[in-house]
Amino acid sequence: MSIEIDHVNKHFRDFIAVDNVSLTFREGELTALLGPSGSGKTTLLRIIAGLEQPDTGRIRFHGEDTTELHVSQRGVGFVFQHYALFKHMTVFQNVAYGLTVRPRRTRPGKAEIRDKVMRLLELVQLDWTAHRYPHQLSGGQRQRIALARALAVEPKVLLLDEPFGALDAKVRAELRRWLRRLHDEIHVTSVFVTHDQEEALEVSDRVVVMNKGKVEQDGSPEEVYDNPANPFVYQFLGNVNRFRAGIHAGEARIGDIRLPAPEFHDRRNESGLAYVRPHEIEVYAEAVASDTLPARIELISVVGPTVRLELRTDAADDLVHAELPKHRFHALGLTQGNDAWIRPVQSRVFLPDSQVSNG
Amino acid sequence: MSDKLAKRVGLSSVTVAQAHPRQGPAPLWRRATEEPAWVRVALIGTALTFLALFLMLPLAVVLYSAFERGLGVWYSAITEPDALAAIRLTLLVVAIVVPLNTLFGIAAAWAIAKFEFRGKPILISLIDMPFAISPVVVGLIFVILFGSQGWLGPWLSAYDLRIIFAVPGIVIVIAFGTLPFIARELIPLMQQQGKEEEEASLTLGASGWKTFWHVTLPNIKWGLIYGIILCNARAMGEFGAVAVVSGRIRGETNTMPLHIEVLYNEYMFTAAFAVSSLLTGLALVTIAIKSVVEWQEERRQKLAEA
Repeated sequence: MSIEIDHVNKHFRDFIAVDNVSLTFREGELTALLGPSGSGKTTLLRIIAGLEQPDTGRIRFHGEDTTELHVSQRGVGFVFQHYALFKHMTVFQNVAYGLTVRPRRTRPGKAEIRDKVMRLLELVQLDWTAHRYPHQLSGGQRQRIALARALAVEPKVLLLDEPFGALDAKVRAELRRWLRRLHDEIHVTSVFVTHDQEEALEVSDRVVVMNKGKVEQDGSPEEVYDNPANPFVYQFLGNVNRFRAGIHAGEARIGDIRLPAPEFHDRRNESGLAYVRPHEIEVYAEAVASDTLPARIELISVVGPTVRLELRTDAADDLVHAELPKHRFHALGLTQGNDAWIRPVQSRVFLPDSQVSNG
Repeated sequence: MSDKLAKRVGLSSVTVAQAHPRQGPAPLWRRATEEPAWVRVALIGTALTFLALFLMLPLAVVLYSAFERGLGVWYSAITEPDALAAIRLTLLVVAIVVPLNTLFGIAAAWAIAKFEFRGKPILISLIDMPFAISPVVVGLIFVILFGSQGWLGPWLSAYDLRIIFAVPGIVIVIAFGTLPFIARELIPLMQQQGKEEEEASLTLGASGWKTFWHVTLPNIKWGLIYGIILCNARAMGEFGAVAVVSGRIRGETNTMPLHIEVLYNEYMFTAAFAVSSLLTGLALVTIAIKSVVEWQEERRQKLAEA
């Protein structure tokens, strides 16, 4: 079932939460709504669910207008950040809830409910917890139960609000891979909200980046990461360095370094900012070529297999972050406080007033 | 083995001696939040003395005085027609007031905890008002409103409705006086629980009523029961406001506390204490019910965890 969001607006007093957003979520896709806190992503999700009413605009499920439909009639599965399991019910009763509260006419029989609940508990690999209470489970287990509960009513769409936000890093990583596999199995149209770019890129078929109530970019994870539409998306999807650059005839010049910027082929002698990711910077201990930038190493931090450097250079206003593998770092023999030479190997240039150019 | 032990003991005493060279014997280690023995004894002793003086002693006096002249006298005191009327009236008022305030308490707490609206702080302070106003003043307010010389008096007498010096007046002032108990108990509880569970229930297709019944009510059950018990106790015992509006018509508008006062003023001490013992007994029964319910729930939880 596809979801269509048509010019939706929502404000809370003076705060504009969702600002004229139009989007379509295609059938069977797993989409990530990615953005910083306050970007309106959760509000948009709650509007889709019917937990909030939009001020203007329409929501359509598979072409059918559901804007006025009450949340209990929409047929959505909703997973909350803090699980929202019913504390006083067992795991079994929690998962069965959506079926047992149905009016008598449409309610399945007891045996049927039991079969279905146990099947779902097996699907989330927690059938052995059926008679426990939520407080006896770990956070990761609770969230899987919450997911089973949402799936029990066979929702047309599955909406997840920061589903892994309250879990620790390791469980998070495990659970999101598991969610990906589960989605490949059940193929229900799903939208999940996250502020974690890694999570969005890893799990989803499609990423919608939001900021200040607006959609900044909408595309596949690769597209969004490799081709950010604007500086905001660039910065939000991972660390980034900004170098002052001259733009001239399809080239960006940082010092003597020339990098291709084909989208600016008709510009002459303008200045802009070149955005470079930390792993797109080569580091040398000596000036191996004439087009490297001199820099000073201000800080070295070893994070597992990679080494992060903070460097000061004239070509950038802020500290430059570079990343290199540990063995390469040892081969170079770099030390804190000494000089080094750096060369960006790839960049994306934006004009200073951050005019968006889609190259 | 034994010399090893001796060595260890010797070693440790050396360590202690070195650690506190000038303090003589080492002070006993104790937890940061633990007080010295004499402080504990003093605190517990004070608490127990107060409990004995202000709770146990009066209770004992009531029961002793009630049964001083034997069971027969006690029984005839409480089965005397005026006493029976007072008991009936008290139970009737409780049966009306407690459900009424339960409904109001749930509705008010729901509105305050789950919705955002203008004037919420005002509503919260208004709920507290009956606690702040003296009961006698409450009684007078309703006399001024509904009395025969009062604002609504002519209109009421035109329709032949009696509120003051009748049962409706008693119900109104007691409902007013006990209004905050349940709401006060539920508001913080519901605010703390938020509305995520209700939202989850709604997305699963449950109607508003089913959500309330299956999700909200079980979550507030304990606060609600506690509030009802407090409300019930206060409704039975309310005196000041009732004294003003009831007119103290024997066998008609006397509740149990009023009846006790009448007996006491007429120097019928044993009868007064007999009815008092009954009122006290009702209070004790409520507390017992509460304890049993709590104990049952605890046992259920433990069984579930095992």
